[in-house]
Amino acid sequence: MSILTLKSVSKSFGALKVTDNVSLDVEAGEALGIIGPNGAGKSTLFNLIAGNIKPDAGQVLLEGVDVTQRSPMERVHAGVGRSFQIPQPFNHLSVFENLMVAAQFGGEHRGHEAGTFCMSILSETGLASCAQDLAGGLSLLQRKRLELARAMATSPKLILLDEIAGGLTDGECVDLIKTIRNIHSQGTSIIWIEHVLHALNSVVDRLMVLNFGRKLMVGRVDDVMNAPAVREIYLGIEV
Amino acid sequence: MIWIDTLVQGVLLGGLYALFAAGLSLVFGVMRLVNLAHGDLIVLAAFVILSVATALNLNPFVAAVIAIPVMFAVGWVLQTYLLNRVLGDDILPPLLVTFGLSVVIQNGLLELFSADSRKLTAGSIEAESVSLGGVTVGVMPLLTFVSAVLVIFALNQIFYRTKLGRAFRATSDDREAVGLMGIRPNNVFAIATGIAMVVATIAALYLGIRANFDPSIGPARLLYAFEAVIIGGLGSLWGTLAGGVIIGVSQALGAAINPEWQILSGHVAFVVVLLVRPRGLFPRSKD
Repeated sequence: MSILTLKSVSKSFGALKVTDNVSLDVEAGEALGIIGPNGAGKSTLFNLIAGNIKPDAGQVLLEGVDVTQRSPMERVHAGVGRSFQIPQPFNHLSVFENLMVAAQFGGEHRGHEAGTFCMSILSETGLASCAQDLAGGLSLLQRKRLELARAMATSPKLILLDEIAGGLTDGECVDLIKTIRNIHSQGTSIIWIEHVLHALNSVVDRLMVLNFGRKLMVGRVDDVMNAPAVREIYLGIEV
Repeated sequence: MIWIDTLVQGVLLGGLYALFAAGLSLVFGVMRLVNLAHGDLIVLAAFVILSVATALNLNPFVAAVIAIPVMFAVGWVLQTYLLNRVLGDDILPPLLVTFGLSVVIQNGLLELFSADSRKLTAGSIEAESVSLGGVTVGVMPLLTFVSAVLVIFALNQIFYRTKLGRAFRATSDDREAVGLMGIRPNNVFAIATGIAMVVATIAALYLGIRANFDPSIGPARLLYAFEAVIIGGLGSLWGTLAGGVIIGVSQALGAAINPEWQILSGHVAFVVVLLVRPRGLFPRSKD
């Protein structure tokens, strides 16, 4: 059963075709990585999946249901969680309250149970010790973790991670990978855009390569990384 | 002794100003909207209470209980069908719209109720007083102040202890991100303005019992409310109460020296606080 299906999705901004006839199937429980040079249309693809922008052509299906015309909020309720490239926590709320907002409004959790649920996510994402701190005062790693935790609190079936490992030290990165792998092992589907390839490749099952808005190829990690076209276009290696 | 008496009367008067200001403070805190029609909406609420009290021959306190849901609906409709359309990155459109709304409300009330001064009559309670350790205070001013403290306490509980309050604060922080958490900012704003109108109705009740009112007095109430909010520090509800009390005490002290100085000394206190603490006494945070 597919959690997400894109059918020939296209999107242009003016004369620029940022998403060009992209089709994709993500199985329930799968982790898919998306790579490609800057400007390849990776974040735009997330916006199309999350509903922040509507495609010019094509369809977006969640669990077989056409959600192309649905709002971002309806897609949150349908099970799409998202973390942003640049963390956007609610700065004047505590870390715990940030999660409560997501759990109570995005995830339909109620009362006391919501609090317990949020604390369990905070432990899982390594934020339990700063639960009562204001989100505005967090370090970059903590903000990235909060971004992940907040997306988790909406109880997603599919979670979209946008360059969550960028800007972290190697040690921080290893911790974060552990957390993401843990989320994946519990059955949540993941689509992850990342430039830090070693982080990405240690978690995902398949890779998709985007270039100029087009799907260059999709397949097993090793196959994609060794494909001459990918090495040339994405890694800039002459072959 | 007379100074203590003046001080106490000033503090109690400050309760009324805090009630004027609490709704303004709430709306600004949630949606960064400066509602220039807030004073006129208080006067509108006073006329709603008056109409209900007259039509059903009720005590104004009972009439206010009926007026409160009506004014909540007024706030909700106002936000949903007017203010939400102009809220955005530019702060000028909402200012212009609420200024226009102020003119519309004043003239609408003038058309409906004429320019005559009105008053809410609450019966013998208006003249009753109690003795508090040597200082005699009126029951109504005391009730006003206690109501102000309760209203601010209740608003704080809503803001910091409930799901709705978290939605208020989250929406205030990031309108775009809350959409992804399943919150509709426009709904949150409509509820906030509805609650602000509930507080405005409570303020209108005490305003109408304390003194005469007519359709033109809104802007002056807005000015006191503004000063209370700014003195207290933007975004702090307890600060708003403190701001109201400072204006009330200054007016009472000014009036004790010379009755002509009452209004002026309130405004002077405002300027002095701004000179010493430009961000107000209890600013929410550095942002």
